[in-house]
Amino acid sequence: MSVRVEGLTKIYGEQKAIDKLSFQVEKGQILGFLGPNGAGKSTTMKILTGYLPPTEGSVEIGGFDVQANPKEIRRLIGYLPENNPLYGDLYIKEYLHFVAGFYPIKNPSARVSEVIDLIGLTPEKHKKIGALSKGYKQRVGLAQAIIHDPQVLILDEPTTGLDPNQLVEIRSLIKALGKEKTLIFSTHIMQEVTALCDRVLIIKDGKMQANDTLQNLQSTFQGEWVTTVTFQGPFTLAHFKIIKDVQRIRQIHTDTIQVITAPGIDVRPLIFRQAVKDDNIIIGMQQDRRSVEEIFQKLTGSDIQ
Amino acid sequence: MWVIYKKELTTFFNNLTGYLVLGVFLTVMGLFLFVFPETSLLESNFASLEPFFEMAPSLFLFLVPAITMRLLAEERQLGTLALLLTKPIDEMGLVIGKFLAAVSLLFLALVPTLFYYITLYFLGSPVGNLDTGAIMGSYLGLLLLGSAFASIGMLASSLTESQIVAFVLAVTGCFLFFYGFYFLSGLPVFFGKWDALVQQFGMDYHYHALSKGAPDTRDLIYFLSVIAIFLLITRFVLQYRIRS
Repeated sequence: MSVRVEGLTKIYGEQKAIDKLSFQVEKGQILGFLGPNGAGKSTTMKILTGYLPPTEGSVEIGGFDVQANPKEIRRLIGYLPENNPLYGDLYIKEYLHFVAGFYPIKNPSARVSEVIDLIGLTPEKHKKIGALSKGYKQRVGLAQAIIHDPQVLILDEPTTGLDPNQLVEIRSLIKALGKEKTLIFSTHIMQEVTALCDRVLIIKDGKMQANDTLQNLQSTFQGEWVTTVTFQGPFTLAHFKIIKDVQRIRQIHTDTIQVITAPGIDVRPLIFRQAVKDDNIIIGMQQDRRSVEEIFQKLTGSDIQ
Repeated sequence: MWVIYKKELTTFFNNLTGYLVLGVFLTVMGLFLFVFPETSLLESNFASLEPFFEMAPSLFLFLVPAITMRLLAEERQLGTLALLLTKPIDEMGLVIGKFLAAVSLLFLALVPTLFYYITLYFLGSPVGNLDTGAIMGSYLGLLLLGSAFASIGMLASSLTESQIVAFVLAVTGCFLFFYGFYFLSGLPVFFGKWDALVQQFGMDYHYHALSKGAPDTRDLIYFLSVIAIFLLITRFVLQYRIRS
């Protein structure tokens, strides 16, 4: 079941929370929705579920327009809202029964037990939700989202605040769920995207910065090795003679420049020799390969460089 | 809608609100009607439940907001409203489900008071010398009054994340609708000309009309309209204020 988003815009008062977002996800795909806090991820997800109306644009899930067919859409999707809201005073089973009651499920008791097993809640299944650890609460949140076996799963920051072990467990759960469903999840953690996603959508200030497969994104941006060179005393680019294989050079400080090359090309010896020839003294030189984190920073961060 | 209804009713009795409401209502009523001499049914020379129906609205004024304050404010505070409203249920179903749960709790509070009626029935001389019609009318009036209070309480609860604020708003709203118009009618502007008309906007007017034992459709329509109006406003608050 595909999710199709066209020119989605949401304006709160004067502020554009999201600005003309368009993307598409297909069945069996996991779409990672990446952006710094406040970029518009949650707003977009709320619109996808039909909870918020968009100012402009449309969302289509499995051929249904979200605004025009709220009832159908609500049956098709499973949604884990931001901060995983739960009723602390209910028992896990009680809560899942309650949620199951909203859907036409033939044998709710059997389904509740099945989901408890599937999500790995069995050891805690007799507890009240309020008494659970954060990791297990997150599981309960996931359990309620999948209780009716939805075709489309929308998870808003499903891994926030988990410890490293819980992280690994919840991620593998998401990965497993993503195999049969259309899954959209948001995060501000880059590694999560690398670990889980087929497609990545990066937004900043409500605007789309990238919408691509993970491989494409990585190869586009790994096509850069950055050598940072610090000279003794002020140094301007005018003094630097372009050597071969260098894609571009930029000044990042009065005494520091960055030399960017294609991957696999080590320009450090050349820079060194050139500096010696020009009678410049190098006091520091470091080569970095752009990691996924940097792609993220580059696309979402304010331009520090 | 029934999913919500069932859950709310179970919640009342899971977190003791239900028992508390029933307990307080019945204890206070029992004290006034059977223990405190000034208002005791046993001291009175007439076999009448009038003291009960005179006092019940004042108790409802506090008890009903206590029941309803949680209903929507808590969902807003926990964030579970976003969860509920992405399930296959619309705002109206949510509002009505919760409203009916509150009304059911009131109904449950009233059932044991039939004991007062039975007591009086046998205390009467001769036995059964009691205006049963008036009593049934009063019960109907009380239930409708409680429901109208509950609809005001629902609106109050939808307006805030704080249960305390919801409670205070609801008590104020119920008070204004119950006594407010009566007091308002005493203003020089209305007095002598429109005071009767202004009084008809108040709930006490219709409540007392019903307790006379001859249910008038106008009183029924008044209460049902008040309930419908407040529930609809609540629905609009959910739809347009919170989800915008």
